[in-house]
Amino acid sequence: MLKFDNVGKTYPNGFQAVKSMNFEIDAGEMIAFIGPSGCGKTTTMKMINRLVPHTEGTITIHGKDITKEDPVELRRNIGYVIQQVGLFPHYTIEDNIALIPHLKGWSEAKKKQRVHEMLHLIGLEPAQFAKRYPRELSGGQQQRVGVARALAADPEIVLMDEPFGALDPITREQLQDELIRLQKSVKKTIVFVTHDMDEALKLGDRIAVIKDGSLLQLDTPEKLMKEPAHGFVETFIGKNRLYQNPEFISVKDIMRDNPATVPSNRSPARALSYMRQRRTDTLLVGDDNGKLTGIVSGYDLQTKLETIQTVEEITVPAEPYLDESATAQDALMAITDAKFGVIPVVDHHHKIKGVVTRASLLTTFADHWAGRKE
Amino acid sequence: MKANLWEQLGQQFSSRWEDLLKATLQHMELVILSMILAILIGVPLGILITRIPAIKGWVLGTAGILQTIPSLALLGFMIPLFGIGMNTAIAALFLYSLLPIIRNTFTGIQDVDKATLEAARGMGMRDGQILFKIQLPLALNVIMAGIRTATVINVGTATLAAFIGAGGLGDFIFIGIQRNIDALILIGALPAAVLALILDFLLGIMERVTTPRGLKI
Repeated sequence: MLKFDNVGKTYPNGFQAVKSMNFEIDAGEMIAFIGPSGCGKTTTMKMINRLVPHTEGTITIHGKDITKEDPVELRRNIGYVIQQVGLFPHYTIEDNIALIPHLKGWSEAKKKQRVHEMLHLIGLEPAQFAKRYPRELSGGQQQRVGVARALAADPEIVLMDEPFGALDPITREQLQDELIRLQKSVKKTIVFVTHDMDEALKLGDRIAVIKDGSLLQLDTPEKLMKEPAHGFVETFIGKNRLYQNPEFISVKDIMRDNPATVPSNRSPARALSYMRQRRTDTLLVGDDNGKLTGIVSGYDLQTKLETIQTVEEITVPAEPYLDESATAQDALMAITDAKFGVIPVVDHHHKIKGVVTRASLLTTFADHWAGRKE
Repeated sequence: MKANLWEQLGQQFSSRWEDLLKATLQHMELVILSMILAILIGVPLGILITRIPAIKGWVLGTAGILQTIPSLALLGFMIPLFGIGMNTAIAALFLYSLLPIIRNTFTGIQDVDKATLEAARGMGMRDGQILFKIQLPLALNVIMAGIRTATVINVGTATLAAFIGAGGLGDFIFIGIQRNIDALILIGALPAAVLALILDFLLGIMERVTTPRGLKI
């Protein structure tokens, strides 16, 4: 939807701020531009609404070259949020939010309705806030209004220049969470600039790592952490970053494949010997199709060996279990409730795929914290 | 032996109050006309130099030099151009009032928060909209402060206009000095001072009124 084709920016003094960038952003995507200061990430973003004119290549929105459009019209259709918020101090909150609708000539009634909608969306009560002035609001509230102002005319694209950079850590986190929630309902194409890797990982569907005016890698957070395309990307993200963000690790990467499994009609003696053979203290129980039905512990097998006919009699339901789309974070959170310290992992047909145990979790993380690779 | 100052004042006032009234009105005319001219020229010039930075040095420099010329000398310079009388005085007072107005207009506009302007531009406001909806409203109280300063100085300087035959309250002061009549000097000087104070007060109110509500909080 938004496409950069060999786009560059060379200043009259010969300085190349942005070098031949190629990428495409899909509708509804949230893209983070990240890089050290002066890397050209803000310049790249500002080329989209022509605040900084590009000197090479073409930028197109829905296939239309943006230089063919009136810059003012273009900007009115692109939301813009900046770090210093930049609300008009002499306008009420209501008038600030209604700015672009006003410039676009909406009717009073439509503007008013939209302002109320937006205020509700950002969690500020219209009756209480509409008539106030920006100075009467806290920093976090002001930036919420900043976001509402950018979204008021329902633009397709929203640009955000370090939107939460000036806020205290707690407020920043709140606003990030709100943006995620907001994005789920408004589904805008959002390009935001940040220098905070945690923010980029948290918000970005994809992250563009930029250095010295060049795009080094544009990938999903997961891919970026697992397969950094460039030494700089790896350093910039930080080693072990992946293991500090277990929500980006798939449970498939930390589970043990081919877990010890027995059918439910197996006799306890045979199950016990299989257990010894596999050197494990629990068995998963599956049906004929390999679907998970429960767990049997070695202790129960041992003590009730004489009194039961099949393992089915002492099988306990496998709760909790994880779907293979789950993450290591889910595993970490579930492990405390897991019976016998074992969490089965299943696919969407409920077939057994693997198992995460206390020991395997500990080993995975311990290895990485200690700096050893898998 | 001279009569004491109070008696003299009473005496002078009762014999000259009609002249005094006329002179006061004339004085106000000098001040108001020159100020209107200065505002009409000064504010646009102030705006212009925020748009064309190349001429900023020239405009502020010229207005600054005009300000440093002693007021009496400036009046003198104007005589060859406009002859003797009111026009010359107005021209000189106008030039004299330019600097505070241009400078405050310029500073007022420059001091508008850069983030506000960046947001305005980024959201698609045109230059004219930015000027009239953001820069001027936010700079208005600073511009008013410049006008207030210029006016108060102007009221004082206008007394010198009497030297070039433009009339005003200065007439009394000069005659008083020439004839060594203290009461006559005061009859000219006191109304001038009161006039300055009243205008200062009124323009002070204007300054507060023009401060945007959102900035007073």
